Parts: sequence; structure tokens; C-alpha cells
Amino acid sequence: MSLWHFLNQNRFELFQLTVEHVWLVGVSMFFAVLVGIPLGILVSRWPALNRPVIGGANIIQTIPSLALFGFLLPAPWFGERADRMAILALSLYALLPLIRNTYAGITGVDRSIVEAARGMGLTDRQLLFQVQLPLALGVIIAGVRVATVISVGLATIAAAIGAGGLGEYIFRGLAMVSNQVILAGAIPAALLALLADFTLGQLEKRLTPR
Amino acid sequence: MNDAADIAIEFRKVAYELNGGRELLHDVNLQVQRGETLVLLGRSGSGKTTTLKLVNRLLSPTSGEVLVNARSTAQWDVIRLRRMVGYVIQDVGLLPHYTVERNIGLVPSIEGWPAQKIRDRVLELLALVGLESEIAARYPRELSGGQRQRVGVARALAADPPFLLMDEPFGALDPITRAELQKEFVALQARLKKTVVFVTHDLPEALSLGSRIVLLEEGRVIAIHTPTEFLASKQPLASAYVAAFGAGNHWNHL
Repeated sequence: MSLWHFLNQNRFELFQLTVEHVWLVGVSMFFAVLVGIPLGILVSRWPALNRPVIGGANIIQTIPSLALFGFLLPAPWFGERADRMAILALSLYALLPLIRNTYAGITGVDRSIVEAARGMGLTDRQLLFQVQLPLALGVIIAGVRVATVISVGLATIAAAIGAGGLGEYIFRGLAMVSNQVILAGAIPAALLALLADFTLGQLEKRLTPR
Repeated sequence: MNDAADIAIEFRKVAYELNGGRELLHDVNLQVQRGETLVLLGRSGSGKTTTLKLVNRLLSPTSGEVLVNARSTAQWDVIRLRRMVGYVIQDVGLLPHYTVERNIGLVPSIEGWPAQKIRDRVLELLALVGLESEIAARYPRELSGGQRQRVGVARALAADPPFLLMDEPFGALDPITRAELQKEFVALQARLKKTVVFVTHDLPEALSLGSRIVLLEEGRVIAIHTPTEFLASKQPLASAYVAAFGAGNHWNHL
């Protein structure tokens, strides 16, 4: 049975798994952005927080992904819903690029611009929202882009804990020793990653001030 | 007339040192008269910029005090202080994501001026600094160096601050543009009568713009002279400056 034939035959399931996959990535990125960008801003304001926060995110990043999903299994509340667990794990993974890029973007704003803005009497808040964040936006979006692409790949592992997504095919294929079934999950996942990369790349280009 | 009222900015025994303990300024005593252009002249590292930043509290003295309108900068609300002190720097520091109009109108808009008033003010300022009104819609990257610096001056003047701090504002410009802007600055200052502190390492600039020149070296005030006094000064460093800039030949008319 060819790959194409398999996909065609299972197109309804494929669609469902793709939607699940996008949902896992989308929701986890939403939470990651909600936490990661403010953390990045915080770190840029209080350099003393730099080591603990970025160090912490680094440590999360070093946990092998399969292990992280596994660690969360016994967590209460989460344990009942595999998708919530997967979302938590994916959000944690996405934090590092978000925090780091937000920090790098803000601290990377031309010093003379910040100095001039301060000298004009902008408050810290005005400086952040009118100067630093708009000028860091391109770098921040680049962080979102990296995190999303990583997340699309990682989300295939969510199937290991029963959270669904395109990883279902990959794990099923592994169990069946069928390359076709593995590819039926891997190729759409790769395409999703490319699509996310392209879309966010366009956004990044548009939002980077020249 | 009351003498104290004429002093707009005063440095009293000001020292500034870095965290590591390196002293950038030692025992600086200065008085800036209202409406004058005081030039801080000195080499790189002499403490000119540090002195300037103490006025709008981008830096705070480690000892002594800086008084603006007879009140210590430590007691000023820092935002209010900075809003009444226009600030122009060599790199201009225009916001690249804002048009010229929004750059110039930034402080007025923060201060809550109505849109039409801001717009009128921007046009008025553009004319004041010798720029066409079409420039208002452009972004900083679309301007020449001279235009950018003019916009920087216009922005500093936007909310009509009584004080102006200028840190080598014309330093990065080509000689012709530079001379042009210096000339316009003199004319502008004759009209506006702001209290200006102007930093430069260039003697001709100091002589043509300053009502008085403060010579700084290694964080100390070496001499305070009017331009005429400066040219005749016996102070070794001052005369070395004059000698270095062509024996003062071009400046005898002062």
C-alpha cells in the first residue's frame, strides 16, 4: 500500500490528527508567550534575575522531551487529561527561546536611542512600550518562530502519553514496523513546521523596524 | 537684580565616581547663568558628557549637588526635571519606528497635548530648524545626517523647555553642514534665549557658540573663560588648545 493511498484512505483521521496537533502547539504557544515574554521583560529590567530565570529555562530545555512528558504523568489534575499535560510540557519547552529573545531584543536596542528617550523624560513604562518593545518586536517574533517550529516537532511525542496529534501515526508505524505509517505522521508534521516557519518569518520581516 | 535668580544651573563640589571607585569628576564647581550658552570643552574622557548627564539626572553625583532652578536634582521629580531640559546627542537617537512628526511630537503627546496643537507645533519647529514641512511624514532612515540632527534639535525644543543640553550635536556631520548648523544655532539661540550647556572637543565651535567656555581635563575644571579671555589665556592647557587650532589666527577678531 503506497503512502499516498494510505493518506487518502485515512484522510478524515489525518485531518483530525492534524487539527489536534495544531491545537496542541497553538494552545501551548499561547501560554508560553503569555509567560515567556513578560519573563523576558522582567529579566531585562532586573539583571539579577538573569541567571535564575534563563538558567531555569535552560535546565528545562536539557530534560529529554520524552522524559519530560513522562515526568508529568503522575501530576494531579493533569494526569487525567493527557492533552493538558502535553500542553504544559510543550509550553515549558517553548519558554527558553521566548525569554532569551525578548531579553536580547530589549537589551539590544541602540543605546543612544534609549538614552535620548530617557533624557526626554519618558517614564520606564513609556520607554518600554513606546521604544524598547516596538524595536525589539522583530527579535521577539523570531523567538516565537523558533519556539513554534521546535514545538511542532516536539508535539509528535505527545502521542506517547495519549494526547493525540500526528505523533499517533509515528508511534503506530513504529509498532507496526511500517515506514508508510510513520511517514504519514512525519511528513504532515514537517509540512506544518515549514508552514509555521514561513508564516512567522513573514510576520517577523514585517515587524522588524528598519 | 537678585544674583541667585540668574543662576539657572549650579554645580556645588560635585564628584562622580564609577562603582569601581574610578573618579570621573572631582570637585566641580560651576554656575550657568540663565540664557547663556555654556560650553564644556575638553578631550575625550575629560568628563564633559558626565557633567552634562548630571544635569538631567541620567547620572547622580556621588558627592556634592547639582542645582537646577536652585533645587537639587536629587529633589526634583526626575521626569519633570527631564521634561524641562531638552537633550540633544551626537547620535541623535531618533526613534526609527516613528515618523519625524511623531518623533518631534513625542513629549507633547506624552504630556497630553491635543493632536492639532501637536501638529501645529511640529510644523512650527520644522520651520524653526530650517526643514521643509514635507519631511514630517518621513522616517529617520530617509533623512541625511544634517536633517536628522535638525530633527533632533526640533524634538528637544518641542515642549519649549527652558534648558537645553547638547552633547557634541554636530560632531558627526561633514564640515560644511556642521558650519551651517552652528550658524543657525547661534541665530536660534539669539531668539530663544535658552539656558544651554553645550559639550564639544572642538575649539572653534566652542569659541563661536559659547558665551563662556569651561575647560575640563581629567574630571577637573581647569579654567572658565569667555571666548576672548580664552584666546589670551595664560593657562597652559588653554593656550595649548589655542596653539593646536592654528595659533588662534582665525579668531583674533574675537
